[in-house]
Amino acid sequence: MFYRENGQFKTSYKSDQQIFPIPQDRWAILAIIAIAFFVIPLMVDEYLFRAILIPFLILSLAALGVNILVGYCGQITLGAGAFMAVGAYAAYNFLIRVSGMPALGAILLGGFTAAAVGIVFGIPSLRVRGLYLAVATLAAQFFWDWAFLRVKWFTNDASSGSVSVADIDVFGWIVNTPTDKYLFCLGILVIFSLMAKNLVRGNMGRQWMAIRDMDVAATVIGIRPLYAKLTAFAVSSFYLGVAGALWGMINLGSWEPAAFSIDRSFQLLFMVIIGGMGAIAGSFFGAAFIVILPIFLNQILPVIGGLFGLEVSIALVSHVEIMIFGALIVFFLIVEPHGIARLWSTGREKLRLWPFPH
Amino acid sequence: MAFFLETLLGGLMSGMLYSLVALGFVLIYKASGVFNFAQGAMVLFAALSMARFSEWIPEWLGMDNLFMANVLAFAVSVVVMFVVAWLIERLVLRHLVNQEGATLLMATLGIAYFLDGVGQTIFGSDIYKIDVGMPKEPVMMLESVFEGGILINKEDFVAAFISALLVVALSIFFQKTSTGRALRAVADDHQAAQSIGIPLNRSWVIVWCVAGITALVAGVIWGSKLGAQFSLSTVALRALPVVILGGLTSVPGAIIGGLIIGVGEKLSEVYLGPYVGGGIEIWFAYMLALVFLLFRPQGLFGEKIIDRV
Repeated sequence: MFYRENGQFKTSYKSDQQIFPIPQDRWAILAIIAIAFFVIPLMVDEYLFRAILIPFLILSLAALGVNILVGYCGQITLGAGAFMAVGAYAAYNFLIRVSGMPALGAILLGGFTAAAVGIVFGIPSLRVRGLYLAVATLAAQFFWDWAFLRVKWFTNDASSGSVSVADIDVFGWIVNTPTDKYLFCLGILVIFSLMAKNLVRGNMGRQWMAIRDMDVAATVIGIRPLYAKLTAFAVSSFYLGVAGALWGMINLGSWEPAAFSIDRSFQLLFMVIIGGMGAIAGSFFGAAFIVILPIFLNQILPVIGGLFGLEVSIALVSHVEIMIFGALIVFFLIVEPHGIARLWSTGREKLRLWPFPH
Repeated sequence: MAFFLETLLGGLMSGMLYSLVALGFVLIYKASGVFNFAQGAMVLFAALSMARFSEWIPEWLGMDNLFMANVLAFAVSVVVMFVVAWLIERLVLRHLVNQEGATLLMATLGIAYFLDGVGQTIFGSDIYKIDVGMPKEPVMMLESVFEGGILINKEDFVAAFISALLVVALSIFFQKTSTGRALRAVADDHQAAQSIGIPLNRSWVIVWCVAGITALVAGVIWGSKLGAQFSLSTVALRALPVVILGGLTSVPGAIIGGLIIGVGEKLSEVYLGPYVGGGIEIWFAYMLALVFLLFRPQGLFGEKIIDRV
């Protein structure tokens, strides 16, 4: 009834090819963005910003990066955390070593550094495929974990690689309250999502998808695997690098290499798989799921324990938490292996015909 | 020279220990095409079970015999691992047949989280001792050949011996018994195996049981070396380069890969480490595996990858 395409005629290629061809989608997205920018900052308290919203925004950005590589180009990576670390430490170094470097510039340069590193670590993908590649990407993870812990130059001689930055300054806007941080991350995320959405439906994105679906066939019809795979690695690492820089400089303020450990890489891959591989919206669903679930479990478990008259210790909560987390992930994979994005699109198909499906 | 040999031998021994964990990966991948990230969690779970039952059983039965306690604890742990294997097949894998590799990989990661959580909830999260009477004191060897001889850890030696024994036993099981043949048939071609009447689900349960036993043996050996504690589950990450270097589908590959990685790690740490700040063992192993992969993308002994359109 509300989501019907009947009578919406496209009279030009331009209107047929726009990002959201259905007006309802367009309005819904604009409404969501408007609410996120104007309504949420008025309604939400500081805790919610710190614990959920800011991590959600930044990790969505990172999940977008992973989704480009895993979902669109079909190269499984377990080293995503390493590229976030490269982005974070590169941004830090640009900020403190280059005088007068604007914070936004440092963050973007962090992203470009991560992209360059991503290209280098993407080279094995030309030869190695599938699960072998997945394990090979762990090389990047362990190498950079080690490098930021042991090579003093990267961390400006800080002990055990822990560094910190002051509040950042974007063209005179000091980003220091949670609301400011939220708005800053949201702005970046909106721009980057739009970029990703456009990239994957353009020439480059189609090449990635051809490589993902059948790389030999793609090569036969004239797609260069070298170019397609390395651009996927570069773009994905750029997103991850920017997300890493934001995670370090905005969300944490001071951080050490453990913030970007292998657990982070697994977490990002979980987001992409649970959210939906090869769907931009999936990155957001996955990030929301993975960010909220542990907090939810943490809050709810002592309550449930209390109902049965059990004293729940903190250690027990953390064990039960990872237990339920693991079980839920397996459950989700069994129920909907294609992720939340697939549920979403099935729902949309149903909505098109509702309330008269026949 | 003596020092070099000592390092080399140390590397070979720790390589055997890596192979032990790597074997678990290979067995499951061969039979069901699942890359089992939960192998590390299974090692931890088995080690915790072994450590705690060898503590609890004497208490329950009121006996004071270390050997009997260990034997009983081992038997109970075997049963525990069988139950775990059966549950994994029944509750998870059966529902995920024919899914993509990445989805299966994530599912085993989920299992790994679950097992970590369950293990520490049931068995506790401290560091527990596993005392199966492994000799602790080092011995000197070849004193007549080199000045001062070579220092060898007896414990490592016993561990390497047990690993070798396990590998031989597994080879016999896979090559000579009818169950082993059935498992190899399943590994070769699921559909063909099913069409000649080999029950797939049962084969998978058996393979996971076998992997559970290798996890238990690995858990006992690593556990008596380092103590049964959470960090055991990261042993799997040390064994991954072994698997891809040797080839995901090859049992001998796991052994040879383990030896290469073990030696490479130790030599690099001793001779290269001091120049770059040390601690390079773990990424060096991955880099080494990566270099091998550039020349043979399917690993040293893996099946050749054939592209078809």
